[in-house]
Amino acid sequence: MKTDIILAGVGGQGILSIATVIGAAALQKNYYLKQAEVHGMSQRGGSVQSNLRISDRPIASDLIPLGSADLILSVEPMESLRYLPFLNRDGWLVTNEVPFLNITHYPDMERILSEIKALPHSVTLGADALAETCGSVKVSNMVMLGAAIPFLPFSEPEIEMAVRTIFGSKGEEVIETNLKAIRLGTDQSRSYMNP
Amino acid sequence: MQNDKKLLLGDDAVAQAAIDAGLSGIYAYPGTPSTEIMEFVQKSPDARRRNIHRQWSANEKTAVEEALGLSYVGKRSMVCMKHVGLNVAADAFINAAMTGVNGGLILVVADDPSMHSSQNEQDSRFYGKFAMIPVFEPSCQQEAYDMVFEAYALSEKYAVPVMMRLTTRMAHSRSGVSRRTLQDENSRSLPENPSRFILLPVNARRQYKNLLALQARFSEASLRSTFNQYMDGPDKSLGIVACGIAYNYLLENFENQNCPYPVVKIAQYPVPSELIQNMAATVKKILVLEEGYPFVEEQLNGIISNHYAVSGRLDGTLPRDGELSPDLAGKALGLTSRSVFPVSDSTVPRPPALCRGCGHIDMFSCISEVMKEIPDGLVFSDIGCYTLGALPPFSAIVSCVDMGASITMAKGASDGGVPVAAGVIGDSTFTHSGMTGLLDCILEKTPVTIIIGDNSTAAMTGGQDSSAYGRIEKICLGLGVEEDHLQVLTSLKKYHQENMEKLKKELLYQGVSVVVFRRECVQVAARRVRKG
Ligand SMILES: Cc1ncc(C[n+]2csc(CCOP(=O)(O)OP(=O)(O)O)c2C)c(N)n1
Ligand code: SF4
Repeated sequence: MKTDIILAGVGGQGILSIATVIGAAALQKNYYLKQAEVHGMSQRGGSVQSNLRISDRPIASDLIPLGSADLILSVEPMESLRYLPFLNRDGWLVTNEVPFLNITHYPDMERILSEIKALPHSVTLGADALAETCGSVKVSNMVMLGAAIPFLPFSEPEIEMAVRTIFGSKGEEVIETNLKAIRLGTDQSRSYMNP
Repeated sequence: MQNDKKLLLGDDAVAQAAIDAGLSGIYAYPGTPSTEIMEFVQKSPDARRRNIHRQWSANEKTAVEEALGLSYVGKRSMVCMKHVGLNVAADAFINAAMTGVNGGLILVVADDPSMHSSQNEQDSRFYGKFAMIPVFEPSCQQEAYDMVFEAYALSEKYAVPVMMRLTTRMAHSRSGVSRRTLQDENSRSLPENPSRFILLPVNARRQYKNLLALQARFSEASLRSTFNQYMDGPDKSLGIVACGIAYNYLLENFENQNCPYPVVKIAQYPVPSELIQNMAATVKKILVLEEGYPFVEEQLNGIISNHYAVSGRLDGTLPRDGELSPDLAGKALGLTSRSVFPVSDSTVPRPPALCRGCGHIDMFSCISEVMKEIPDGLVFSDIGCYTLGALPPFSAIVSCVDMGASITMAKGASDGGVPVAAGVIGDSTFTHSGMTGLLDCILEKTPVTIIIGDNSTAAMTGGQDSSAYGRIEKICLGLGVEEDHLQVLTSLKKYHQENMEKLKKELLYQGVSVVVFRRECVQVAARRVRKG
């Protein structure tokens, strides 16, 4: 078993929190894990990505080779396309549809979405609105994590346990909000794939 | 599999290992990708319980000297910095190799090939060789952890400082690491031969001979190091030298990490020449994979005869600049790449930008507007979030070179007759390397205006404590800035007009003036509120 994931987004959108939960889930199952993060300059509102690799056998490289990511999980639509050459031909692209507008010449949204839908395997969802129904747009990253569960080597209870480990110190309310967001994301993703 | 393991960044692994190896003090100035080493120690309960020194230093040079002082009294110390920090600390560092150490001293330098967050991609292994000390370069997080113990042992065995070189991917990648048991700290003890710390020529000459004599020992240590390995392979058409993390990129290209070629893995320097010679005797061609400059590749000439075809960064097999990747390693091995999705043409670059609500925005709005009226003026700048003032809509600054250079370059330009010369500098950068330049200006009454963007933190690197906090006015006045020409403004839109007028007046003043634009970084303020 090996799952290579590219997490994508804009600095400040919380992709590292997604990585932390997946990392904790991997540790619980005694999988090997390597996770290359981006810190520093680009965290100031620039493009950020993280390479996350999970396997039941030792992993060599911290970076994912071209054409071998099983999943691109993005919290922003344009950012999801930035790493396409890394996606395996059979891989999935799962992204939030809501653009993060901090640049002046953001490309045409329809073009972005049609390029995403032209891929063999993709899931798009409006994570921000779903997050708001959980009480805070801030958990849209967790909605996206939920949407990715069908493509991860973890069950929903395993991810839930990881969330409890990671957010344990923040209290039951925070945990529940995050779990709700994750469940909503998973449901959306499943119904998107099997309409 | 990973049972007892903790997920640690390469930086975290180094920090955890140092604590576990009996660290008594860590000294550092922040700098990507090294910052998390100090931050890990600052958060560690063990470090708190032992009261390990873990406060930021004013700059990298003071950090090295403080660590050397701690080592002098027999304790284990660590200094951390990014690669360019070592330029600042070079004097202390090179001379520490001359004096040697008492308690173990590890200097951790994190290089940034591809310049993700840096002004250049210099390779610190050259500094290690220049100072003639052992250098460690881990290939994975567990090795980084284990190495720290070896590095302390070697440092104390030969009484020399040792370097540990990380690169961005090693520093900022997480993996499972298992810990050893926590060791006691060294007890306090003074050096047996204290004169070696007094580098008068008579002692320095002796110390240099001593350092030269140690070189053979260091080579011996590299040869015997368990971190360096010669692994034979059935396919003798090629032999590979892979350093540090490049070893992983090599193995990634083979099913089950089974490389068919003979490989010399290097993770400790001086270069283990004998291992390379042994491999060379069995192969015709050699490929060198290393992150950074062609450090080993250039040395091969003196290690093996020049009839070997050597490929790497020098002959164009690998790019001369930028970091390596599994794909670049694969290409160098002549492997065919998979068919991949083409690069999307619907993406545009998304460069970093100042955060919404950042005080630097208000500062640059003033500067840009005032400078429109002074077309022959020049605004130099420095390194920090405020360097983003170089980008539109501000395009307000003409330089970003090295920490502190805004003030001194403005002085040089003023010396050259530029009527209005200014330097924009952050608070942390000011105490790192700006104060001495300001003193030069004051001594010569140079007509310059120093604009300090004071957000009470080193924001660019994630909001570490700034040594300038609460002291800027006192420092400026103490250095000799006239009270009438020290303005402290609040970086808020509602004061825009007022701030502009004050700034303009000081820019036109024919002497040294300092204008402080002050407002806390909004990210740090938000974090403070979150923590309550
Ligand atoms: C010699 C050296 N050390 C460290 C760094 C890394 N570095 C770049 S900016 C910065 C912080 C600057 O803080 P400040 O001057 O207060 O500006 P701010 O980012 O807060 O606006 C640091 C530590 C560097 N580039 N060069
Ligand atoms: S981190 Fe702070 S100083 Fe840097 S851009 Fe954001 S608000 Fe401004």
